[in-house]
Amino acid sequence: MNKTLSKAGAVMAALMASPVVAASTDKIEQYTLNMTKGVTDISAEVYDMHMLMFIICVVIGAGVFTVMFISMYFHRKSRGAKPANFHESVKVEIAWTVIPFVILIAMAVPATKLLINMEDASEPDVTVLVTGSQWKWHYKYMDNDIEFFSKLATQPDQIAGRIPKGVNYLLEVDRPLVIPTGKRVRFLVTSDDVIHSWWVPDFAVKQDANPGFINDAWAMANEPGVYRGQCAELCGKEHGFMPIVVIAKEPAEYDMWVAEQEANQQQAKAEEQRLLSMNMSMEEAMSLGEKVYLANCAACHMPNGEGLPGVFPALKGSQIAVADQPKHIDIMINGVTGSAMQSYAKQLTMSEIAAVVTYERNAWGNDTGDLVQAKDINAAMNGQ
Amino acid sequence: MTTATEENHHDDHHDHHIPSGIKRWLYTTNHKDIGTLYLWFAFIMFLTGGAMAMVIRAELFQPGLQIVDPHFFNQMTTVHGLIMVFGAVMPAFTGLANWLIPMMIGAPDMALPRMNNWSFWILPFAFAILLSSLLMEGGGPAFGWTFYAPLSTTYSSDGTALFVFAVHIMGASSIMGAINVIVTIFNMRAPGMTWMKMPLFVWTWLITAFLLIAVMPVLAGAVTMVLTDKFFGTSFFDAAGGGDPVMFQHIFWFFGHPEVYIMILPAFGIISQIIPTFARKQLFGYASMVYATASIALLSFIVWAHHMFTTGMPVAAELFFMFATMLISVPTGVKVFNWVATMWRGSMTFEVPMLFALAFIVLFTIGGLSGLMLAIVPVDFQYHDTYFVVAHFHYVLVTGAIFSIMAAVYYWLPKWTGKMFDITLAKWHFWCSLVSVNVLFFPMHFVGLAGMPRRIPDYALQFADFNKWISIGGFAFGLSQFIFLALLIKACKKQGDPVSAQVWEGAEGLEWEIPSPAPYHTFETPPVVK
Repeated sequence: MNKTLSKAGAVMAALMASPVVAASTDKIEQYTLNMTKGVTDISAEVYDMHMLMFIICVVIGAGVFTVMFISMYFHRKSRGAKPANFHESVKVEIAWTVIPFVILIAMAVPATKLLINMEDASEPDVTVLVTGSQWKWHYKYMDNDIEFFSKLATQPDQIAGRIPKGVNYLLEVDRPLVIPTGKRVRFLVTSDDVIHSWWVPDFAVKQDANPGFINDAWAMANEPGVYRGQCAELCGKEHGFMPIVVIAKEPAEYDMWVAEQEANQQQAKAEEQRLLSMNMSMEEAMSLGEKVYLANCAACHMPNGEGLPGVFPALKGSQIAVADQPKHIDIMINGVTGSAMQSYAKQLTMSEIAAVVTYERNAWGNDTGDLVQAKDINAAMNGQ
Repeated sequence: MTTATEENHHDDHHDHHIPSGIKRWLYTTNHKDIGTLYLWFAFIMFLTGGAMAMVIRAELFQPGLQIVDPHFFNQMTTVHGLIMVFGAVMPAFTGLANWLIPMMIGAPDMALPRMNNWSFWILPFAFAILLSSLLMEGGGPAFGWTFYAPLSTTYSSDGTALFVFAVHIMGASSIMGAINVIVTIFNMRAPGMTWMKMPLFVWTWLITAFLLIAVMPVLAGAVTMVLTDKFFGTSFFDAAGGGDPVMFQHIFWFFGHPEVYIMILPAFGIISQIIPTFARKQLFGYASMVYATASIALLSFIVWAHHMFTTGMPVAAELFFMFATMLISVPTGVKVFNWVATMWRGSMTFEVPMLFALAFIVLFTIGGLSGLMLAIVPVDFQYHDTYFVVAHFHYVLVTGAIFSIMAAVYYWLPKWTGKMFDITLAKWHFWCSLVSVNVLFFPMHFVGLAGMPRRIPDYALQFADFNKWISIGGFAFGLSQFIFLALLIKACKKQGDPVSAQVWEGAEGLEWEIPSPAPYHTFETPPVVK
């Protein structure tokens, strides 16, 4: 076994999985009956607006129902009530048209002010491009050389109920978004495939990610902390499994984090170049490939490689996976236009792509014996 | 075909000869038979869509994936929605319209009886096609009943074609039904039945029919564009080809919002018939009821984008749609106030139809008020696509539209069969439904506000307790409907005490002047309305 390589792999894995969230001492978040006040000025105002609306609605409802229940009790035939004769009254009818109208205006004024404030994403301190794809988020810091994917970190065994569920079940990711507190952070939101929606309740930000268009939203977190959300627009099979985790750090800590990330990304690139010259053994490739496959491919192509007939093609026994190797590598690098198969060129390292291609060509009885190396991937990428 | 025509022609002149067997139902042009067919079809679809809801609630009973895989879960939420909207609520209202509109306006039948037969009989095919897509490779539609592109185009399975054709047929059926209602009401009112004497059920259905004719073609256009985007390389909704996925939502909701009122205006009509009967007092503000219904219908065309506040519309558009939506609460409020004023100083009794009507008023109002909250854009950002929305539209559609349909069935069933239904069963049905439906839908407000998105097959642990209760309420509500089924079977077997022509002490209107059960042909000679 190539010890140097596995050591290098371990270093890289550590680099890629930088901040680990979720202290195990966390309790399950107490379930609440109401909206969160959140951690931004805007989210607090949204909460107040919500409570104002709620109270007005409760008062109106209570008033209407009280009159109704009084009739139901006192104006019953069994109490000897005789029906009255009236069936219209212009005064009353004008009153109950005009009064609701006035109440509506009273609601509309603060709502309009708040909305205009929310939609003004100008003069940001930090800008992050948020890109949804089936079923993960990609964050790119527009002012720094940092970008990464953020995927569900909950183990499949927890979802299947084979092991106990953790405190942040379905609300944990491998790499959270990090933002500074007390700064206006502008989110540019878009998508690579279907419509997703980026929602962090604590920021009162929910913005659809439309393919081909860019929306924006902003937040200024007042307190450091970990804030969790989920994709809010049905985006296919794994829609329930693409959470959002945002860590807000004090500006000084945030700057340190940025510097660290930039250094790490540099190092990772250098490391990847170095790995190009190395060869994986079949065992190494298969074991890394299986890991990469389960994390990235199994949601659609299923852990047994059989896919979902009619929706996601099988890899087991497929012509591409047992015969056409260049096509196989091409699909991994470029995706398939007009389908759910996305490009993995940016999501995985070259050695990971090589490993997963190797795995797919040898698992589930595909037994081609093909061993693909990172340099083959590199050649395919640059050969275009 | 010729034989059938002659037979029917023959029937017109010989009242007592009712054709029997399957041919009666296949060839019928009788508004009462077609009404019955629509109502039974709607009930079967209600149970089918309900069974899918049970699958959804069973999967959501506890966190984790236990029963179905997420892809099938998505098919269940999608087909549940489509079946309930197009298969249960709309056909049930059309069935009621068929039975009641001719009897209420003193007409012998619908104006276009043969088209009436056709508009019903294409429906079972539409739903057979839709349901069969579930058995195809890749499964049925899994993109939500709103079928947002590009999830429904590039990223859907080939079964989408079946979905599209099924929706086309449903749309054709609805349009034909609507044309029939309009032509009947315009041309076949008995002498003296002036516009402002028409029962409110007839008024609300007339307005609904215009909404249907206005928007069903828009839906047909939307599904056709989905079809060509998916199979024929067009790019209506694909930015890469110059299209826009948000345009899909504009087109869909231009249909979809009037559609919401299509499913609630006839309910308003039903409640406006029932409340005066059991309050023994004339409906308060008849004219304002008519004007309120018409204003709701008109406003329904300029509020569609309130379903799309998070799509990134310009602020000016968000404000416009917020204000227009808030405005709808004014005429809707007028209706609720009128019903309450009708009860005020009445002489009330609480027969089963009245129980459902009263539950309707309270629960629909709750749904209406949460709708007002949803109209406020800044807070809608938090509510949108959560269980709060699910709670809202189930309050207006289940305890609104469906409760009104049940109220209507209990109200007019003795007129149809000539026998009083089993009151004990009916009360069991009401109380079981009332309690369970609130256990089912009320906690959805809480999980929604606490942050649970809709259309997810699995959820975070803090939502677990409420979801368990929601599922229990769901199962209980589902089971309660078998009481209704038992009652309906008994009623169709004509069991029960005979009833008078008027049936209910306070009932007024032409349909209560003909004998019970209503003869196969009524008002062959038009009555004169004073």
